[in-house]
Amino acid sequence: METVNITINGMAVEAPKGSTILAAAKLAGIDIPTLCYLKEINEIGACRICMVEADEGRGARLVASCVYPITEGMKVYTNTPKVLEYRKKTLELILSDHDKKCLSCVRSGKCELQKLCKDFGVDDVDKYAGITNEFEIDDSAAHMVRDNNKCINCRRCIAACEKTQGIGVIGANNRGFITEISSAFGMGLAETSCVCCGQCIAVCPTGAIYEKSNIDDILKAIADPEKHVVVQTAPAVRAALGEMFGMPIGTGVQGKMVAALRRIGFERVFDTDFAADVTIMEEATELLGRVTNGGCLPMITSCSPGWIKYCEHYYPDQLAHLSSCKSPQQMFGAILKTYYAEKMGWDPKSIVSVSVMPCTAKKFEIGRDDQNAAGVADLDFTMTTRELGRLIERCGINFTALPDEEFDNPLGESTGAAVIFGATGGVMEAALRTAVWKLTGETNDSPLEFTEVRGMEGIKEATYKVAGLEVKVAIASGLSNAKVIMDKIRAGEADYTFVEIMACPGGCINGGGQPQVPASVRNFEDYRSLRAKALYDYDASMPVRKSHENASVKKLYEEFFGEPNSHKAHEILHTSYVERKIHNN
Amino acid sequence: MSSKKTTVPFAGTKEQEEALKKVIAENKGEKGALMPIMQKAQDIYGYLPIEVQTMIADGMGIPLEKVYGVATFYSQFALNPKGEYQISVCLGTACYVKGSGDVYAKIEEILGIKGGECTSDRKFSLDACRCVGACGLAPVMTINGEVYGKITPGEVKGILEKYM
Repeated sequence: METVNITINGMAVEAPKGSTILAAAKLAGIDIPTLCYLKEINEIGACRICMVEADEGRGARLVASCVYPITEGMKVYTNTPKVLEYRKKTLELILSDHDKKCLSCVRSGKCELQKLCKDFGVDDVDKYAGITNEFEIDDSAAHMVRDNNKCINCRRCIAACEKTQGIGVIGANNRGFITEISSAFGMGLAETSCVCCGQCIAVCPTGAIYEKSNIDDILKAIADPEKHVVVQTAPAVRAALGEMFGMPIGTGVQGKMVAALRRIGFERVFDTDFAADVTIMEEATELLGRVTNGGCLPMITSCSPGWIKYCEHYYPDQLAHLSSCKSPQQMFGAILKTYYAEKMGWDPKSIVSVSVMPCTAKKFEIGRDDQNAAGVADLDFTMTTRELGRLIERCGINFTALPDEEFDNPLGESTGAAVIFGATGGVMEAALRTAVWKLTGETNDSPLEFTEVRGMEGIKEATYKVAGLEVKVAIASGLSNAKVIMDKIRAGEADYTFVEIMACPGGCINGGGQPQVPASVRNFEDYRSLRAKALYDYDASMPVRKSHENASVKKLYEEFFGEPNSHKAHEILHTSYVERKIHNN
Repeated sequence: MSSKKTTVPFAGTKEQEEALKKVIAENKGEKGALMPIMQKAQDIYGYLPIEVQTMIADGMGIPLEKVYGVATFYSQFALNPKGEYQISVCLGTACYVKGSGDVYAKIEEILGIKGGECTSDRKFSLDACRCVGACGLAPVMTINGEVYGKITPGEVKGILEKYM
């Protein structure tokens, strides 16, 4: 590899040719602050926070290190008084048109702009006070709020929407001082083909975009003695919740999470993983049914509500490929208000069904039609991992000091197959564990690990020979990757049997409701793999790792559903989809 | 959210649509094709309402927002049609100090539209301009080229009524 020699703050650094100053500095262990820069998707050099002095033989000049390439012999200075003063002034100018109500901002304490202001000693937030914009707040969508009065026009959300997800329902509109990140013709997000994935929130450096919250409603329900408030937690939450409390990325905190939820006051603390095992029973049966009866193939997973909404908007002609299974969250809610309510003698109307999800699209999903198995909504409220973190803080719980506790039973029992649902390839692997077992005569020694489908690549393919059948599978995460697979399917060029699609890149561990990873980490560390590893470690440590071996699930079928895909299972655990348009005008 | 869609009903013809489709087909593959296509679309329709921008987005396989972002960045793109009578009020320095801002506001009030917009019956459109070279008559406005000088907000109604 061709390299280039430069000095940074007097230190000799050798870096690959073509590197930016920012990347070369990182190699040398020198951090340069950034704000608008997102590796590969938003390299626009717009915010000017990453300015450094670079001397290429013609004297030192200020350049934007995130996009400026290194050249042989270049001398870089990252911390001169001139650089520091420049960054401070840039921040003061950003603040001149920024809603500075940090005390009541959802992002306070975890805001990248706030941190930079502290780091660079901004001591007068009104240094350049003048006219400010007054932007209308967009709270039209089910899952999020956009408050452009806190927006700094870094365009990270646009990059996530357009490049990562291939959707592009938001962009920079108008020009100059009145530039605003919004949707075409002043449409609220709800009027667009936004799929509610929340990747825009995940990358926002400030509090300009945030999820809609029902925390107060949940607390009110908990305080109501007439209500049974039951919570379920998705697999990926346990792999990231610790980050809200300063724990290293990839720390599994299942036990503490359960303890915290109990202390908040939930009457039962259950695990969405239980329903993930049920999903596998239903989905694997559905798949084998389609294979034997000549049904629509490939069958595509239906766990990710962002993906579902995307498919409905962009591939309404391909809905027959979707598994009819409700998502695990919705299956759980349905089982809770039918089977469990019956078991406990509870009136379904007295149950408040709450979930904790790494996802913002779940907030849209709970309001979908045909998600009310007991005649009342399967789910009443859903909160993101971030919201749970804030709720734990609000309740004065010292999270890191909590003991590890176990989920309640029976809806807390789960397998290793269920916990890996939270990572891309996980649903596929879990399904394969059960499908292959079924196809090979239901022996106990059927294969357990299908490592070909693991990993953070956006698109993965594998072929398995099972009992004379060739099973070709594909996995996509991130909707721009999903598009590649879907275009193939639409063109009739795909010969897959089973396809797993998750809306967020890397799967739910990187969901739009997970703790925000600041750009300083996001740009340089593979945080997604770290979170996924936490899930695969849980899987490896569990005594039961195949969904069909979950004793409580077996009992559920014996006592209630009969068998997977039974008439009753169809009524309670399955759903349908609607054709949507890209443009609603 | 407050809509930025024009209140003027879209009245595009089949011929216009065919012409736009032809333009898109001719330019689609080219790098940087969006702006020329938008310019030609404006030549065809006179403005770029959501119906036209949607045709461009679908034709090019890009998000509508992408088209709208460009349309609102450059001032030569119009989201509203021009009216039968095009009112232009000078907000240049001389006219402005002589009170053309108040005249402008009065017209907005009477017609129920903002600057840059068109009444839904397509009768009047209102724009601001910068100096028509008649500073001695400040404040000045023109309606389809006819010049009205030294006007006061109180006179606006009478002038507009001549065209109603």
